[in-house]
Amino acid sequence: MALQILLNIFLAFTWMFLGNSFTVGSLFGGYLVGLLMIYFMRRFFPNRFYLYNVIAAIKLLLLFIKELILSNIAILKIILSPKLDIKPGIFALPTELTKDWEITMLANLITLTPGTLVIDISDDRKTLYIHAMDLKDVEDSIESIKQTFEKAIKEVSRS
Amino acid sequence: MKENLEVILAFIIVLGALISLISAIGVIRLPDVYTRNHAASKGATLGILLILSCAFLFFWVEDGYMNARLLLGIIFVFLTAPVAGHLISRAAYYSGVPLWEKSGQDALKTKNKQGKQKQR
Repeated sequence: MALQILLNIFLAFTWMFLGNSFTVGSLFGGYLVGLLMIYFMRRFFPNRFYLYNVIAAIKLLLLFIKELILSNIAILKIILSPKLDIKPGIFALPTELTKDWEITMLANLITLTPGTLVIDISDDRKTLYIHAMDLKDVEDSIESIKQTFEKAIKEVSRS
Repeated sequence: MKENLEVILAFIIVLGALISLISAIGVIRLPDVYTRNHAASKGATLGILLILSCAFLFFWVEDGYMNARLLLGIIFVFLTAPVAGHLISRAAYYSGVPLWEKSGQDALKTKNKQGKQKQR
């Protein structure tokens, strides 16, 4: 992925030198032309076309913001309700992610999701221990949220 | 048009302040360290995010002045607040702070017991 981005920048500079006009506009135009060339040459690269990874990263960011807002609404409901009828607890979640940065991203996302907070990660990095604000109804829905997060992170790191 | 936008921005800033206030109430009201940490790490993050981004937009609309430091501040808060929440609750757990008595299961306890038996 990094190789394709570097190549694209190099092509943009080549375009700028060919046109002999050193402006941001011509650099941008060259970038677009290079993007098109890399798209047509994509079968010669070992990884997939890098724009897919960029789009997946943007989707992950939007998911992050959406979950932050939803988690805040959930927390506000619990805090402002007159009776505290919550049942907190710690549960274990097995994860399939292997790289360190992926696990960090997943832990950050989980911490910002409704009513969950990562407390510990096991030494072999296969299980996350999560403190949930309300254990009784959340566990299934949280499991499904985790599936979507794991899928989104895998989509970003897929090559 | 500009006045309308300013009213909307002011409303969002007040909303951010309210969210910060409610998370402070949550820190007082919730029963144990872990649930308090929920309120502190989430509420404070979104409150600060709203206030900073509206300050950025206000100076942009009002003076045409783009302050990139506010954007950097948003990114840093966004990245560091969940990590801080994780580290504080982890340190609390390993120094033996108990969970609330109404709590359900505790999966981490069984894991640590197994680990201790292995060490013996």
